[in-house]
Amino acid sequence: MTRFGENWEKGFRDMVTEAGINAINDAGISGEEINAGFVGSMASGTLIGQEHIGALLADYMGLNPTPITRVEGACASGSLALRQGFMAVASGLYDIVVVGGVEKMTDLGTTEVSTILGGAGDQEWELFLGATFPGLYALMARRHMYEFNTTEEMLAAVAVKNHKNGAKNKYAQYQNEITMDTVLNSKMVADPLKIMDCSPITDGAAAVILAPSEMAGSFKKEPVNIVASTQASDTLALHSRETLTGLKSAQIASAIAYKQAGIAPKDIDVAEVHDCFTIAEIMAIEDLGFFKKGEGGKASLEGRTSLEGEIPINTSGGLKSCGHPVGATGVKQIAEIVWQLRGEAGKRQVKNAETGLTHNVGGSGATTVIHILQKQR
Amino acid sequence: MKESIPLTWRRIPERYTLLGTQCETCGKAYFPPRIICPQCRRKGKIKKIKFSGRGKVYSYTKIFVPPEGFEKQAPYMLAVIELEEGARVTAQIVDTCGDVKIGSPVRAVFRIIQRDDPEGLIHYGFKFRLANDT
Repeated sequence: MTRFGENWEKGFRDMVTEAGINAINDAGISGEEINAGFVGSMASGTLIGQEHIGALLADYMGLNPTPITRVEGACASGSLALRQGFMAVASGLYDIVVVGGVEKMTDLGTTEVSTILGGAGDQEWELFLGATFPGLYALMARRHMYEFNTTEEMLAAVAVKNHKNGAKNKYAQYQNEITMDTVLNSKMVADPLKIMDCSPITDGAAAVILAPSEMAGSFKKEPVNIVASTQASDTLALHSRETLTGLKSAQIASAIAYKQAGIAPKDIDVAEVHDCFTIAEIMAIEDLGFFKKGEGGKASLEGRTSLEGEIPINTSGGLKSCGHPVGATGVKQIAEIVWQLRGEAGKRQVKNAETGLTHNVGGSGATTVIHILQKQR
Repeated sequence: MKESIPLTWRRIPERYTLLGTQCETCGKAYFPPRIICPQCRRKGKIKKIKFSGRGKVYSYTKIFVPPEGFEKQAPYMLAVIELEEGARVTAQIVDTCGDVKIGSPVRAVFRIIQRDDPEGLIHYGFKFRLANDT
């Protein structure tokens, strides 16, 4: 992957090529073996005016005439691309597939970017009426606080923990630790969410190489198995859901994923979850079955999700600290879990990690994609 | 995002009069209108209904950082309102000093939602007020 951040000196095609080359080098292949590719990007058309990015990627990575297809599912675009690649290899259609995720966001101002990201929600019935993405998650946070006595300190604890992890990640946008006071005293965006409860606007790209398990053993690095790949949909608009305190798409996709992998939530050693806002991580660790519904906030405050805790969450720094180039996030989550399972995560390494999970959400929860990865034994 | 003139024109009945739909098979009410009932699908029978505009606050927030087109209104209250017929909608709550709570009764009012540049289109629709305010 590329470093996540305000990469003013790098363009969309520079970043996606850099990430692709890094993945090819990591696998120890030449690139000629690649049969196909899938790339996730949410909004290249509105952010930089560039569509047709499958062709762009094939061209700039020197992969012509290899077919490369763009996949879009808002902030879940990256892991949706991975899922397409996984299905293509699993079906036997292709052997070696490259999967990328990319977003170039900082060429525009904050208001323009926020408006474009609003397209992940219901344009005619949420955004038109004055909603924003922080606003939608604030509506979830308010309801979570009302039903379960979740507090602003519990939300802040998620940001503090993720910055602590991000400080140990050389790819992270923010490699600095923060205090709870910093979060609690930061500028209000959508009450009760403050600027330090929100993931930032980020440039970046990430890529991985997929191959059939029996073939992957011949590569340079130790391969990691994808043992579950699932996706679930829910209503586009938040207000159409039965409950606002969890994402049904995440609950369903993860339940199917655990079944596919033949494991239970307690078997997960490390997880990357979609903390676009701090409340999103609290709901995620409940929806994934790590904690009971309503207890995610308390668990976060008690440090049970920290690097030393019982279930380390977002060792990369998550979206909050590592950054959130929307199309790249899902692929970055996979890269982080691969590093954890190979024991290559350096200072943020989780001891004896054998099974990892990624949870990538599109919009306010209309799409959730779950992957479970396991060390090859 | 600035909304196109045809889109605004197309949505006039729903946005001006809270015109939604209801499934005659299961009784569930939907706003905005739907062509099929997601619960009953092909067994469903959709009819148009006009919502009363009365409801309760299900959740709320105060938006301090507004999207394009709402700069002059911020900060403003945004809520998910549960209408008495059952459907929920996202809308602003206006003309209040901030004493909005979960469960507060509200009623729909007709308001300007967005206004394009001085010579441009005015987009109307619904916002809500606390029902007890006069």
